[in-house]
Amino acid sequence: MQGQKSGWEQSKVHENEALSAIKHNRDAGVDNLLDEIDGLLETNAEQFVKGYVQKGGQ
Amino acid sequence: MSAQAPRGVEPQDGGRPGRRIMGLETEFGILAPGLPELSPTQLSAAVVTAMVEVAQELGSRGAGAPWDYVHERPLQDARGFEQERATADPSQLTNEGAVLDARQIALEDGDAWAALKSEQDVLMNLVLGNGARFYVDHAHPEYSSPETSNAWDAMTWDLAGDRLASRAAELAGQRLGTEVLLHKNNTDGKGQSYGAHENYLVPRALPFDSLVDGLTPFFVTRQVICGAGRVGLGRRGERPGFQLSQRGDFFENRVGLETTIRRPLINTRDEPHADDARFRRLHVIIGDANLFPASTLIRAGSTSLVLRLIEDGLAPRITLADPVGDLQRVSHDPGLGATLVADGGRRLTALDIQELYLGAAERHYGDPEDAEREALRLWRRCVDLLRAGDPAAGHWVEWRGKLSLMERYRERGLAWDDPKLALVDLQWADLRPGKGLANALLQRGQAAGMVGEGEVEAALTTPPSDTRAWTRGRTLTRFPEAVVAANWDSLSLSLDCLPQLVRVGLPDPWQGTQALTQGLFEPGARVQELIKSLRGL
Repeated sequence: MQGQKSGWEQSKVHENEALSAIKHNRDAGVDNLLDEIDGLLETNAEQFVKGYVQKGGQ
Repeated sequence: MSAQAPRGVEPQDGGRPGRRIMGLETEFGILAPGLPELSPTQLSAAVVTAMVEVAQELGSRGAGAPWDYVHERPLQDARGFEQERATADPSQLTNEGAVLDARQIALEDGDAWAALKSEQDVLMNLVLGNGARFYVDHAHPEYSSPETSNAWDAMTWDLAGDRLASRAAELAGQRLGTEVLLHKNNTDGKGQSYGAHENYLVPRALPFDSLVDGLTPFFVTRQVICGAGRVGLGRRGERPGFQLSQRGDFFENRVGLETTIRRPLINTRDEPHADDARFRRLHVIIGDANLFPASTLIRAGSTSLVLRLIEDGLAPRITLADPVGDLQRVSHDPGLGATLVADGGRRLTALDIQELYLGAAERHYGDPEDAEREALRLWRRCVDLLRAGDPAAGHWVEWRGKLSLMERYRERGLAWDDPKLALVDLQWADLRPGKGLANALLQRGQAAGMVGEGEVEAALTTPPSDTRAWTRGRTLTRFPEAVVAANWDSLSLSLDCLPQLVRVGLPDPWQGTQALTQGLFEPGARVQELIKSLRGL
């Protein structure tokens, strides 16, 4: 059981490292990301949204 | 551990504890802006038809085998009775639906459609080499994943379904001469909703009431950890704002049989697609389709763990005073501060309720060998991050990731009712490569991808090895000419040497696995051997 425990602890450490990396990336890339997303968006938002009509399903 | 209720749904082969047969269904939103005259049913049929070629290009199969409806009983209620056909809404008659759809299609027409029809047969229903079903469900294409034995695999074959559907839509668009868009969402924001259903095998001996009691508070609050997020409040999005779930505004009842009208928190459809003396299939209609794989993993894994708590008599006992109202209360509360009134006047937040279930699951099923170990770990991480108000939760929890993106636009001055935010919400779920925003975040490492590229690609063509889906998918790939019809629990095969069809049953979802069909699908193997072996099941 001892070995498994340290495995768990180790994965905890990896998780924390991953978390700080995530936060760092997020803060750093906000403007870039929005510009990239803007580049993907359909050009006429209002028209696209209005035309998005589905039939009901389950 | 007290085992008050009989388990009976796990295989007796000494595999990892906690395995459960489960499967996910996705009804995709569908649109061809360049061909408004085509009905959604026609478009869906074009996508289903294109899937055959997609599968062949992958070296797999998608056979237009007719779906065999003989065992489907959509009006069978888990509470022990059957609704009369005359009182049912036509949309409930799913065992007759494909016939109606096909006729509908034949009656309608259009130039692009006529061209497509003249080239090849239009198909409404397919069985795929990965064991899944891909078909036209009323006005949407639907992918029903193969049976998997744990939430990780459910996530993997769900992702495979997105990719397959996306490729088929692309090809259908080429054939029709205009782009066909699929969205993995659950509402058009105009008052219509379509589902992403989950299926879990539970023992027949478990009283249905204990499922209702144990699941209701869990389902009301589960959106906190796996909702897909939505811009707009109310069925038509008539009030500006952001909410946790796509589906929350579309539920009106606590318990019931319907899935298209008067939708209930707990659905009582009782078609096990398996030996019904032993199994019940719990049909869950309350969830959102997820683009974030981690949200799919948590959704299926936490639900399977809660079912175990119920089966073992260990589920927290919480009775909500107004569960249907609470579903909307929780969905409309991204700040997560709303309290729900429980028995004895207790006031609990959605996260408090999740914590009660999570804590119980950790105490009883924390074994590192457990089949749901990853889901349990992630469930804990997300509850803790959400409780701390940490936006890093949005790396895994889809609504939180979507909200972070929306907040950035809001910082630039956009109001909640700005059409651009509604567009971001829709395009979030677009399955076209390079167009979908959730997938853009995943590709840029802004959300957790979870499953390796190779694992997903393999799941496009390979069935899960440890359920009967193995036999369905491999039979189709190895002996495509012999498969005449298929269903979840049977295959109908035709042989040149026999005058009539051979129907072989697969009543136990734990049978027909790779381990139990050794050699039957190898090069040189004959379909006669397969039939002989399956008849012994």
